[in-house]
Amino acid sequence: MNYQIIRAGESRSFPGDHPFVTAAAEFGEAVVIVGANAGAAFGKFKDRERRLAILVELGTECLGAHTGEERGLEGSNVLGFARFRLGAAPPSDLVELVRQPRTAHTAIDAARGLFEERGMKVALCGDFAGRILDRLLRPYYNAALRRLDEGLASAADLDTTLRLGLGYPEGPIELLERTGLAQHCDVTQSLFEAYGDAAYAPARRARVEKQRQELNRQGARHARKQIDGTADKCR
Amino acid sequence: MSNGIKTVGVAGSGTMGAGIAIVAARAGFRTVVYDTRDEVLARARKQTEGFFAKSVERGKLPQAAVAGVLANLSGSTDVGTMAACDIVIEAVFEDLKVKHELLSRLDKVCPPHTIFASNTSTLSIAEIAAGSGRDDRVVGMHFCLPAQLMKLVEMSPGLKTGDATFQVAWDFCKALGQTPVKTRDSPGFILNYFLIPFNNDAIRLVEAGVAAPADIDRALKTGLGYAMGPLELLDLVGLDTHLLVAEALYAATHEPRAAVPALVKRMIAAGHLGRKTGRGFYTYQGNAMFGGG
Repeated sequence: MNYQIIRAGESRSFPGDHPFVTAAAEFGEAVVIVGANAGAAFGKFKDRERRLAILVELGTECLGAHTGEERGLEGSNVLGFARFRLGAAPPSDLVELVRQPRTAHTAIDAARGLFEERGMKVALCGDFAGRILDRLLRPYYNAALRRLDEGLASAADLDTTLRLGLGYPEGPIELLERTGLAQHCDVTQSLFEAYGDAAYAPARRARVEKQRQELNRQGARHARKQIDGTADKCR
Repeated sequence: MSNGIKTVGVAGSGTMGAGIAIVAARAGFRTVVYDTRDEVLARARKQTEGFFAKSVERGKLPQAAVAGVLANLSGSTDVGTMAACDIVIEAVFEDLKVKHELLSRLDKVCPPHTIFASNTSTLSIAEIAAGSGRDDRVVGMHFCLPAQLMKLVEMSPGLKTGDATFQVAWDFCKALGQTPVKTRDSPGFILNYFLIPFNNDAIRLVEAGVAAPADIDRALKTGLGYAMGPLELLDLVGLDTHLLVAEALYAATHEPRAAVPALVKRMIAAGHLGRKTGRGFYTYQGNAMFGGG
């Protein structure tokens, strides 16, 4: 199936010149809108009726924020999607494909085929904040950070237990260190705001790392201002 | 051998007890299994022989070694046989009263130096130790299922466990060829504390219509590299077993994520326990699974 790409800023799902983006046609039965501003670009895209499927890359927002909702009867040929990616790690092969209650099956099948033909795997889910993985993983990561603070076990023993006991490739602490505690803080904060569930409230260690990065940025800005000021005086 | 431990007792010959006995005998310890029922001991012995036969088939153990390992292993319905043990690992039903009755009897027959280890996954080591008659020589040693294949052992000292006792048990665990990790004496220790709420959360996604079981499992396997998704795992473990462990964890923590979702009770009522009844989150025919997509 031919597909057309509309770029709308840097994409977390397909960063840079990803082959999925470069292989796209000028015009396609399906339209894939990628980038941080995909929702806004979708709002401006008028040629919707002729397309089999229109796929809008999502961040932490719901698809309904772009399409609108209608008493549980919403749904058309428009789907949301995001390749699952933890913080600074590269995107995984998993595409979370977001449908609404009345999304057309032809659009779902077309979207699934589009990704699967290019080696990705698709998990279909409803239009809920956090989709599948963030919704499942963030409370687990928060609990691991909290229990580390409470002295349940050392970070190494927590990781070893969850690797050896459950066959996970990585323990939660080492995974968060690798992919970024501050990014975890951002995602879980957005879910906390969406659900009001304390399990999503960012754990202390995630907040501290977020604060540290912000303070570093402020410090760098302050230092730059001082350098610029000194340079001005020198002129 | 490890810190003077030569003879190991295993109290309880169910799945966990039999697995722990295999680990101890395979590591070269004289191992005595105690159970109140002859037929349970006989069944465990048969399963053990079957396990070693498979180990030989798979090249994990030389045939010549099997006779020696099995010679290390004996079973008895006489609690007096535990008198020869330097450490006794209890793997009986997860009920504090049952464990106290057992430990109290063991305390009468075992010499003072014998360490009592509990394979509990949910009860407090300090509470178990309180009914043992020797609360400074009780330690948590939670093996993972199946014990004979899984290397991990969660080790927890109770409030009164002596440092020397814990060290002897730790060294013994390493001498078994296992990988010990130290955890506080806290409900669910590490493994169940994280696993049970995580599995409950996955069930809640199904319950709330967020995604189908196959999509949830596929997401975790593809996105995180998990060997098995939580709903496949729950079908394997059995929803009735999950209910027991989750209710115990919830009773101890009152954490909302540990509370069993209503869907579990509905599925149990309908007989959808998982693989063992042919239907859980997926359906099964023999070894074939349906609904996995």
